[in-house]
Amino acid sequence: MTAEIGLAALWMAAALCVMQFITGALALRADTVSEGADIGAITRPAAIVQGLLAMTAFVCLLWLFAITDLSVKLVASNSHSDKPLLYKITGAWGNHEGSMSLWIAVMALSGAAIGALEKRLPEKTIQAVLAAQGAVGAGFYAFIIGSSNPFERLPTPAAQGAGLNPLLQDFGLAFHPPTLYMGYVGLSVAFSFVVGALVTRQVTPDFARAMRPWVLGAWVFLTLGISAGSWWAYYELGWGGWWFWDPVENASLMPWLAATALLHSVTVLAARDALRTWTVMLGVVAFSMSMLGTFIVRSGVLTSVHSFAVDPERGAFILILLAIYIGGALALFAWRAGTISEGKRFALASREAALVFNNIMLCAILGVVLLGTLYPLMAEAMGDRVSVGAPYFNSVSAVFALPMFAIMAVGPILRWRQDSGGRISKAAILLAAIGIVTFVAGWLASDAGILPLLGLAFAAVLGVASVLPLYSRSLRRTPLATWGMVLAHLGIAVSLFGMASESGFSKETLAAVSAGESAAIGPYEVTLLGVEPLAGPNWTALEARLSVSDGSEPVVLRPQSRSYVQPVQTTTESALHNRWDGQLYVVLGQAAGDGRWQLRLWWKPFVTLIWYGSILIALGGAMAAVGHIMTGHRRRRLVVRLKERRAEEAALA
Amino acid sequence: MKRAIFFIPLAMFTLFVGIASYQLTQPKDDAVPSRMVGKPLPVFELPAGRANGVPVTNADFTDGKPRLLNIWATWCLPCIAEAPQLEALKEAGVPIVGLAIRDTPEDIAQFLETHGDPYTGLAIDQRSMVQLGIGSSGVPETFVIDGKGIIRHQHIGDIRERDIPILLQELEDARR
Repeated sequence: MTAEIGLAALWMAAALCVMQFITGALALRADTVSEGADIGAITRPAAIVQGLLAMTAFVCLLWLFAITDLSVKLVASNSHSDKPLLYKITGAWGNHEGSMSLWIAVMALSGAAIGALEKRLPEKTIQAVLAAQGAVGAGFYAFIIGSSNPFERLPTPAAQGAGLNPLLQDFGLAFHPPTLYMGYVGLSVAFSFVVGALVTRQVTPDFARAMRPWVLGAWVFLTLGISAGSWWAYYELGWGGWWFWDPVENASLMPWLAATALLHSVTVLAARDALRTWTVMLGVVAFSMSMLGTFIVRSGVLTSVHSFAVDPERGAFILILLAIYIGGALALFAWRAGTISEGKRFALASREAALVFNNIMLCAILGVVLLGTLYPLMAEAMGDRVSVGAPYFNSVSAVFALPMFAIMAVGPILRWRQDSGGRISKAAILLAAIGIVTFVAGWLASDAGILPLLGLAFAAVLGVASVLPLYSRSLRRTPLATWGMVLAHLGIAVSLFGMASESGFSKETLAAVSAGESAAIGPYEVTLLGVEPLAGPNWTALEARLSVSDGSEPVVLRPQSRSYVQPVQTTTESALHNRWDGQLYVVLGQAAGDGRWQLRLWWKPFVTLIWYGSILIALGGAMAAVGHIMTGHRRRRLVVRLKERRAEEAALA
Repeated sequence: MKRAIFFIPLAMFTLFVGIASYQLTQPKDDAVPSRMVGKPLPVFELPAGRANGVPVTNADFTDGKPRLLNIWATWCLPCIAEAPQLEALKEAGVPIVGLAIRDTPEDIAQFLETHGDPYTGLAIDQRSMVQLGIGSSGVPETFVIDGKGIIRHQHIGDIRERDIPILLQELEDARR
């Protein structure tokens, strides 16, 4: 019964979604104002009810997975009654159909939130925004109902489920895709805002303020999603790296880069009414990148470690959606962008200019990543097989990233509109001195490469620079949004420090040891105590017991090499040990014969700061979002009160 | 002129959609050709795959007779599909050495019982060491090894009926 309720809810939501699109569009085309108002009045309620229905459908799906209803095809092919409850539930979105349901549910809920809460923009613009949201949603409903119905029943219930990819049976990964999806959906909302504003010619600071929380929210989720994915790759794949420039990783990085640029340009538009066309363009690009990401992950046109999600037919469907929405939006942009009047001007030495510069750098990095990711696709069309790797991405993106860090250090202390270099010269000299000292010290003390040393220097500079905006300010009266910015920028510095120190100062050895023997790595002495077989609920493993000591009390680590039963797959479970200044990373390799075992050992100084930094970044983004929402709320209340007072005065006079 | 700029993103996007849809319609060639073709077998010694069998070493391939080296596994479905073709090759007098990947002697015995035993030599490659060493990325794959232990030809995927003449020709060529 639950499956049928879910399917019915899905169909009704789809119908409402189409209605939301049609009424919103008709309201725009209406000949008279009152006619438009009549039809348009349906748009908001349609969005709200659609949100509730889509959520109902998704809750039904969660329930089916929770009780492992094996008469439902999706549950039978992706779940297993032996799985822990948490992974049963997260398994609901660990597959194509379920993740599409999640996508739709979140998207419809966002539409409902706009329909219920957004009051700042002219009604017509909101209707256009909801119509755009409906148009995008309709495509996804067609996709899910037409070709990937999650509620399909089996003619006869399966006896047992077919499990879940064991690599995916992991806490971090269970929450990695939905987090990214929240980000993607947030960008789709920003996209709808952009389309609505373009259609109704309302590219104004109010539009920017209405869109900003969505961009910030999306950005926070993308930040968390990417770092969770990177953390998963780091400890689960057992390769000792945290970023491989794999097409699928790039697919999640590209929307983040676009969203980062968008969130800064939207701030300029909101505060200073400048960068109108640019913001609109970025809004389209950001959503394009998230669709492109979905396409790359699902279609399998590019070879990647994530090939478990691949299906060419679905790829074709996503490509069609991509062509319609992004092609349509870019055509609309090309047609309407000329009519957006130029925004306010600003001087070369101003905060706007710094933001523009960094926007361009971010877009350049985005271009570099996009080109590197798609190049194999283009080369293959010419009959050549190539793969583009870390050397290209690292060195070429650094060309743009380093100047960006430099401007990022001074940008926040510049004034809006016009400033003089002289006012900030003291701070700039201080920052430059910090950078140079760090670089030279690193140069003398180690044999690390230029890039890690530069990264280290900029991390130090940014660490200090990020808190400078608080200097000589009353901390209690500093707006929450400013705190958010400070925190996010500090997070960048922390992450950058982790990345630079990991890539510059890591140590690696491959040792073959028998029980009782030891190997040395970094500050540690690793002794093999023994290797024993071990059985888990759905796997068997070889587990090594290692005694690890850095001179103090030894600790026992247990890296494993696991074999899963269903489906058959071998994974490595690395063992980690933290110290204040870094992390020991141990992977159990193969038996080398004669009773010796291969151990792969890494000493990675400050590597965890990469992820702590990204948490700071996300926290900063969340604070900024909350700050902006609160300020907006307060401002609206003030406007209302002002109006009331004027009306009273008019009545008295 | 200024307005023309606004069409650039659309043009770039159209180009991308064109290339991507072309690529999607192309049959995906996932075969990974081995870089070891033309090079000698790596040095190895693998445990026997049958209860009373003998271990297989790379030295077994240097007695002047060309052989097939069949990479397979009992857990691999296409390997069942290719069993009759291996049988046909055996009838044609071709010596076939099998390497069972990540397998157990019990499973192997049962498999050979059901689907026939075309192998003159059989070993278990428990960690895919030899498989990777000769540049094979999946099961089943079949290599033509000449009498000096040099890899001459790689066949990726299961052997179909139409592949038999090709393999026999390759074996003939390897004789020279």
